[in-house]
Amino acid sequence: MEAGLESPVDEEGVHDSFNQLIAEQSQNGGLDALELQELQRELDEEGRDNVAYLSSPGHDYGRRQERWEAEREDDGRQTDSLAGERWSSATLKILSSMPSRTIGRSRGAIISQYYNRTMQLRRRRQSRPSIRDFSRSARPSIRGYGMEGDTTDSEGAEKREHLVNNLQNLSVSDRVRMLRGMPLSVAEKSELRYMQSWYSWLSFIHSLQLWQVALKRVSGRFGTGVLSYFLFLKTLLFFNLFLFLVTGAFLVLPQAVHPPLFSQGRPSFSGLELLTGAGYFSDSVMYYGYYSNYTLRKSCRVDTGGQNMSISNGTGMDCPSKRHSYNMPMAYFFTIGVSFFITGIILVYSMSKSFGQSFRIDKSHSILAMKVFCSWDFKVLKKSSVKLMSENICTQLKELLAEVNHKHVKNTVCQKLWRLTVHGIAWTICIASTTGCVIGIYYFSEHMHQVRQDEEASMLALPVVVSVINLLLPGLFNAAAWMEDYDSPSVRTYVAIGRNLMLKVSVLGVLCYHWLGRVAADPCWEDFVGQELYRFLIMDFIFTLLDTLFGEFLWRLFSEKGLKRRRRPVFDIARNVLDLIYGQTLAWLGVLFTPLLPAVQILKLLLLFYIKKGSVMMNCQAPRKPYRVSQMTTIFITLLCIPSFIGASVCVTYTMWSITPSSSCGPFRQLKTMFQAGKRWVEELEKDNPSLSMLARAHAYLVENPFFLFVGAGIFLIVIYFHSQVVDGQRKIISLLQEQIENEGEDKKFLITRLQSIHEQKRTPTRRLTKESVKP
Amino acid sequence: MGTTASQLGKDLLSEYQELTFLTKQEILLAHKRFTELLTKDERDGANSRLPMDRILTLPELKSNPFRERICHVFSTSPQKDGSLTFEDFLDLLSAFSDSATLEIKSHYAFRIFDFDDDGTLDGSDLEKLVNCLTGETDETRLSPEEMRQLISNILEESDIDKDGTVNLSEFQHVISRSPDFVSSFKIVL
Repeated sequence: MEAGLESPVDEEGVHDSFNQLIAEQSQNGGLDALELQELQRELDEEGRDNVAYLSSPGHDYGRRQERWEAEREDDGRQTDSLAGERWSSATLKILSSMPSRTIGRSRGAIISQYYNRTMQLRRRRQSRPSIRDFSRSARPSIRGYGMEGDTTDSEGAEKREHLVNNLQNLSVSDRVRMLRGMPLSVAEKSELRYMQSWYSWLSFIHSLQLWQVALKRVSGRFGTGVLSYFLFLKTLLFFNLFLFLVTGAFLVLPQAVHPPLFSQGRPSFSGLELLTGAGYFSDSVMYYGYYSNYTLRKSCRVDTGGQNMSISNGTGMDCPSKRHSYNMPMAYFFTIGVSFFITGIILVYSMSKSFGQSFRIDKSHSILAMKVFCSWDFKVLKKSSVKLMSENICTQLKELLAEVNHKHVKNTVCQKLWRLTVHGIAWTICIASTTGCVIGIYYFSEHMHQVRQDEEASMLALPVVVSVINLLLPGLFNAAAWMEDYDSPSVRTYVAIGRNLMLKVSVLGVLCYHWLGRVAADPCWEDFVGQELYRFLIMDFIFTLLDTLFGEFLWRLFSEKGLKRRRRPVFDIARNVLDLIYGQTLAWLGVLFTPLLPAVQILKLLLLFYIKKGSVMMNCQAPRKPYRVSQMTTIFITLLCIPSFIGASVCVTYTMWSITPSSSCGPFRQLKTMFQAGKRWVEELEKDNPSLSMLARAHAYLVENPFFLFVGAGIFLIVIYFHSQVVDGQRKIISLLQEQIENEGEDKKFLITRLQSIHEQKRTPTRRLTKESVKP
Repeated sequence: MGTTASQLGKDLLSEYQELTFLTKQEILLAHKRFTELLTKDERDGANSRLPMDRILTLPELKSNPFRERICHVFSTSPQKDGSLTFEDFLDLLSAFSDSATLEIKSHYAFRIFDFDDDGTLDGSDLEKLVNCLTGETDETRLSPEEMRQLISNILEESDIDKDGTVNLSEFQHVISRSPDFVSSFKIVL
């Protein structure tokens, strides 16, 4: 919250403000006296009440507290709280108008609170600390003490004027932020508002809302959990769109406009190309091999007539009039490098933002309160889903209650051993099956590589095998997890994600080894690898479709008609998201070899969205287990960044750095490594401008010298350690502040009981007096 | 201020954009949905109020167990009958929008959960809240014993100053620990 956390060091400030407040109150004699008079009048009135009134106070508030307290007393636990006592109506009135109970509602308190905040903001912006003001603004609830409810209009108006004044002196963006953040109604805020705003152009960005209606229908029926899958899909779509625009603009377009000379004839189009990526597509702008290794120049109108191109190897004949040249190898190298770099930055930024949103300093103390206050999903609209959600919440509350209030039955040693054995067996099965599949893929890929394909269709064998493994093995993992019978559903989810991840990482690892190790010796291997990746992507898509068909549609039919059960299959969010991440890894691996692969991925994601949405609406039901959306989203973004993107960029960097490009095709033929293209360009620049040699030398020293990497990593680690210490310190402050609040609560109770006892003392003599006066 | 003419004026639109968390498209959509619920005569009048029963026909609120509380909290009607003007409606959507801050959302959530409007969540408020959460049917309700235990656990966990009730600051403290609150406290038209 923005109301600044004071450290206990500021205790002096707090006490000062309290003293000042008391001094202020004693000075403000008029108001005080009026209040005291009112209170006195009420007390006198009460003195004439009969005893019955006191024993059951007419005030609604007290009556409810009474009943509540009576119920709790049966429990035998006499909690020592303010609610436990029987207060007189005057005390109750004071209690109900305490600042801590009115701060949420009284306009005066809100305005005064925001007055203080604007003061703070102004001061912060002007960097002129004013210590005298600080202590007074630090406790807004005490500030509001003199003005509860809708106080006299003159005072309220004065405060509002000050607030308006402050708002005017803030910058426009701060003002808008303050105005929006105030919990007042629009009518009240428009009185505080001033200038016109010109921020309407920002709303253009919000208007690019893709699939708004569809997402609302999904969330209306299934809640935020299933929605997060579709939002993740949308995020991936934007990443691919960015990649496609960059590669399209800088690579595909120039090369398409200037087709290379000496291109052999292409086989005609048969339908199989869509699956295999070879054939008609093989010598086209889609693959690496098509791209020229020279500088493209626009036509110079030489008298060679039909010849539209002049070939040059970087130097040579140029037309002095037209200097539109485009260095293709350079463009290729830098486009891929820069797009990966920008994607990496965006990923790290969204990962850190998501982590910041979901990380909490101290958790697990208030599970039940959090469950009750935060678990209702307001997005769910459909009546049956609402009913389902209520049932789920009821079940979860009962489970949590049982967990919190009754100690777990301790397992005996025998049971613990048995559970360990079961876990061990399950893990052995998973690891053994993964290893077996990986070895199988290794030998099968080698076999396929040696038995060079004559027919196109046989090239599909490896992708089909890998996709089948990716489809079936998670089922096996699920069966193993069912055997293990985990207690906590979140542990179960994490274990499932871990096993799935292990499988996919090993499969991709062995495939990368196969491509970059074995295949890289072939002529024009980049084309082949590009085609392989295209095939893998398409096969993955087809098998996802099959899985949706069999796993969801047919299963629902079977369970409804065959087994006659009402339970539909549950949409497995984690597995589907991991499939998306796998597909995206393939796309990132393939961008270097197939610049048009992002376009294929975009098409695939678009189709996948509609198919999955249709299937979910028709066949599935909402998950029954509680699903922690923020945490899961953070985990998925992290998985997208760390194994997926980092792995792909490591592969691409390794390819660029160490592997010899093929000498017969592509923009890097006749170079030792792709990286040399960049180096060569820098050398040329240096030749042309000798002043840049310093820069080049500095670059060579910094980037290629590993010492600086170590130093950089060391500084990074120190910063992380420092931040973690700060977080620890904040945890301690939180617990200290909680103690402080508890002590204040004790003070409050003490004061109220004293007030009540003094009031009773005062009243009893008067009652005795009146009784005596009545007696004849 | 406020209008229920068929078109929103440009300056009003920009004023609402500045004062709420809604974008231009969202405000226009809200205006469209609001005027659809008005009768012909009410549409011509300025600053009409929609009675609560008509607001509750909106699909976004129809099945929500807190629908009446939401209307009461955002209503500025002097009769306290839960009727909303267009600006109240915008307030509602702004508090439930995507870009509203955690503080606004927790503030209004507190007021929605405060069934007796006394500025704190005491035992009876919590009981009503849990009953709303678990639904109206008998098989999903908690037994009285469980309810009592649940409420005392909640108070033990969240009542820091031990006065037997959860006030706004304590509520916000609990909410700030749950990262899922912001994403689930959303209603989009």
